[in-house]
Amino acid sequence: MTQMNMAKAINLALHEAMTKDKRVIVMGEDVGQDEGVFRITEGLHAKFGDTRVIDTPLAESGIVGTAIGMALYGLKPICEIQFAGFDYYNYHQLESHAARFRNRTRGRLSVPMVMRAPYGAGIRAIEHHSESREAIYAHTPGLKVVIPSGPRNARALLHSAIQDPDPVIYYEPKAVYRLFKEEVPDAMETLPIGQAQVARKGKDITLVSYGASLRPTLEAAELLEEEDGVHAEVIDLLTISPFDAATIVESVSKTGRCVVVHEGPRTCGIGAEIIARINENAFLYLEAPVKRVTGFDCQVPYFSKERAYLPDAERVLEGCRATLSF
Amino acid sequence: MPRKPIDLPFKLEYLSVLDENAELDKKLEPKLTDDELKTLYRYMLKARRADERMLNMQRQGRIGTFPQASGHEAISMGSIFCLEKEDWLVPAYRELAGMLYRGWPLETILLYWNGFEEGAKVPDGINDLPMCVPVASQLLHAAGIGMAMNIQQEKKVVLTFFGDGSSSEGDCHEALNFAAVFNAPVVFICLNNQYAISVPIAKQMKNETVAQRAIAYGMQGIRVDGNDVLAVYTATQEAIARARKGEGPTLIECLTYRFTPHTTADDPKRYRSEDESKKWHLREPLLRFAKFLKNKGIMNDEQKIAIDAEIDAEIKAAVAKAEELAKSEELMDPLRMFDYSFADMPPFLAEQRQELADHIAKHKKHKKEAGEKKAPSPAQI
Ligand SMILES: Cc1ncc(C[n+]2csc(CCOP(=O)(O)OP(=O)(O)O)c2C)c(N)n1
Ligand SMILES: [Mg+2]
Repeated sequence: MTQMNMAKAINLALHEAMTKDKRVIVMGEDVGQDEGVFRITEGLHAKFGDTRVIDTPLAESGIVGTAIGMALYGLKPICEIQFAGFDYYNYHQLESHAARFRNRTRGRLSVPMVMRAPYGAGIRAIEHHSESREAIYAHTPGLKVVIPSGPRNARALLHSAIQDPDPVIYYEPKAVYRLFKEEVPDAMETLPIGQAQVARKGKDITLVSYGASLRPTLEAAELLEEEDGVHAEVIDLLTISPFDAATIVESVSKTGRCVVVHEGPRTCGIGAEIIARINENAFLYLEAPVKRVTGFDCQVPYFSKERAYLPDAERVLEGCRATLSF
Repeated sequence: MPRKPIDLPFKLEYLSVLDENAELDKKLEPKLTDDELKTLYRYMLKARRADERMLNMQRQGRIGTFPQASGHEAISMGSIFCLEKEDWLVPAYRELAGMLYRGWPLETILLYWNGFEEGAKVPDGINDLPMCVPVASQLLHAAGIGMAMNIQQEKKVVLTFFGDGSSSEGDCHEALNFAAVFNAPVVFICLNNQYAISVPIAKQMKNETVAQRAIAYGMQGIRVDGNDVLAVYTATQEAIARARKGEGPTLIECLTYRFTPHTTADDPKRYRSEDESKKWHLREPLLRFAKFLKNKGIMNDEQKIAIDAEIDAEIKAAVAKAEELAKSEELMDPLRMFDYSFADMPPFLAEQRQELADHIAKHKKHKKEAGEKKAPSPAQI
């Protein structure tokens, strides 16, 4: 066991995967000698050299498009897109090709690649560095979307993503990179893609969240217990697509109340889909409408106002109380 | 059916008017009045001093991460100086000197780097787009504006900027090609500072120059000394004259060096030697131009000191104004985030705005955070 933060844990997974499997390649802008603008690729270039840790020209469509070619040829590329705000440049390659080759060729060809990108607000960055647009990828058939919430699951999920036979979008909550440390086991581990975790057990209300929003959600759960004597169960989604509806439905069938928390915009966000699944599978257990505590449907404001945009523990708490007193 | 060379009707030049020691090539000296020369100097100096001031402010947590522009003053100033008021400017993010000359108040730019949308609000009466973060995307807007000028049969021009790294983006290729195909009056300025964050130009492209790409697109191209404001001015004047005559776009590569970090969050020691940077530091544009003005008898030491003092006062005033604005009730109101989503606010957004208003009223919070001093973030742009 070693204590480490999420940035270090992702870095560890990259080291382990590259050591274990020669087909694994890391590519992106500034990932080599500079070791990534967030230093996530630290030590990789020194250890694995230019051919496997590639500083690419500044072109996201180029990065992902060539990664698709490499994957079709049998490599396992991991692309770093410097900020999720720039992955629209390469969205076309993901939507039109990475997501389709298996289906298009009736299973003959596939694209086992990972696109990593830091997403989300809260680090006082400029425009295009704070968005949370995972719903776009979740809405794209053929792509899996994974978002870790802490060091241990970040490392395990990255291994699963790399080993996955299909393309995986791995969004990293950059506000969490160096926020806290936790024990990470020495032995390599994976976590099944498509499986949520119960981050906190409870019986009175279900809170569903993921990524950077998990922290304020857990804080709100603590406050609920302290101040209202209410026991909240908190589900950490981990995989956004295909997400683990069964775990949510089981919990909501028990609690009868649910609040979904995410920082991405509300309309057509992940919360909307979660509520639809609850309606389909646990409607008769509900004591109250399912509530969404989310980012708003405007642009993420520039950083002087980003705190007001982000769901925090107080907003989650208010959402819970509204649901509980319905 | 022979195999024979294809003659292309293009040649590529390198232009330098004022060398590192401020020696002038008399034959190439552009016709500029003393006042015009002083104006060039003044805005270059103001940008330099503002950049230095902003670096201090960033270190003190008074603004956020920003890309430094020290050493790049000759490029934006030498080129933007050639625009008429009704022409258009489509910048990237290192054109501080030229933007100040165009009339962007420094306090507006300070607000931008301090996390306020108001910093991207184009001042009234100026035909510019705001700074653009997703690299190379702005070049297509410039091409489109140029196409619109043609469609409207107006003899105006567009000046737009991009970096050496940005030249790798597909958007850059598409913009150059559209501008050429539609004969759009666009002058593309490549600010080649030889690095894209940590990636040196040798890893970015196999071609020797960015300018030679002009040949492939069928437009005029030239490489100039980007630390020589007179060379940048001359090349841009020629390009604009052609564009106004209906002779289409030009690609001007301005060769310079980024002797600062990429942004305040970057550490260049990780990827290049300090010797390399020092060498280029000696070739920076401002000292050279000051020396030229002195040699020419346009600016003596006393006058130079006076300009310095004026600029210091201007910057002080701009900082004070920006910080006052950043503390004002109006600009700090988080509800402003909803204001410009659409021309009219749809009901669902109005509801969300109310939701946030109620929440803030209940908790009386978020009010202070805009003015709070915080540690610099690890973010890059
Ligand atoms: C599409 C896009 N990808 C990545 C980035 C992150 N980024 C900001 S500046 C930069 C390097 C730009 O290099 P260059 O074009 O040479 O301009 P310079 O900053 O050197 O002036 C990168 C990669 C971005 N802003 N936009
Ligand atoms: Mg550059």
